[in-house]
Amino acid sequence: MKIKASAKGDVIKVKMLIGHIMETGRRKDADGKLIPGHFITEVTVVHKGVTVFHAQLGPAVSKDPYLAFAFKGGVAGDKITVSWIDNKGETETSESVIR
Amino acid sequence: MKLSRRSFFKYMGAGAGGLLALASVPRLALAAWNEAAFTADALASAIAARYPGLAVEDSSAVKLKAPAIAENGAVVPVSVSTNLPNVKSISLFVEKNPSPLAASFDLTAQNVADISVRLRMGETSNLVALVEADGKLFRVQQEVKVTIGGCGG
Repeated sequence: MKIKASAKGDVIKVKMLIGHIMETGRRKDADGKLIPGHFITEVTVVHKGVTVFHAQLGPAVSKDPYLAFAFKGGVAGDKITVSWIDNKGETETSESVIR
Repeated sequence: MKLSRRSFFKYMGAGAGGLLALASVPRLALAAWNEAAFTADALASAIAARYPGLAVEDSSAVKLKAPAIAENGAVVPVSVSTNLPNVKSISLFVEKNPSPLAASFDLTAQNVADISVRLRMGETSNLVALVEADGKLFRVQQEVKVTIGGCGG
């Protein structure tokens, strides 16, 4: 996953790109069988122990989700932690430093 | 098993301790994934499941940025921002998708209400953004024409 967090004045802008298939559960394979859904359900961003962003996603979010948000109270050099969980219970956590 | 009042409270205490231990495990979420809202198959029922009992009003204070024509329905860039105070959440609905609720963002006082995401749209449809603030829902919507649907292969 790619995370870019940059301080603009007192606002921290965070952009992230998460590699995930985001299978909708409505597509069929070559044999006409339904491909089971496999998508991220929640993305959480924590800054200094406080959750500053929480997203609930459905399969209508594009493959390799791109998300952007902004928060106040951070400064350049702070660390943020991004984690996601999908409907199969798989997770990934990644850290980034605000620039 | 016969429980005396004393042992009943003892058991209760043990149970509560267990619950506390569970609660102290770092949780990923503020609110868990709202399955009922994400699987609802119509706009009205998806909104009702996500925001039970909240009144909706159209608002010019909410800005929705999305293309008027999306050549590729698989990747439709959408941004929502607002200057409304006390924003608690922002949700995006694609009216004609099989499950209209696409994404929902829980915000706190620390957030600047400005989010972006890329969505799939199966066909030309209304895109509805709802901002929850002060116990009310503020709505803005826009039609996005889709040339190639985003739900097929």
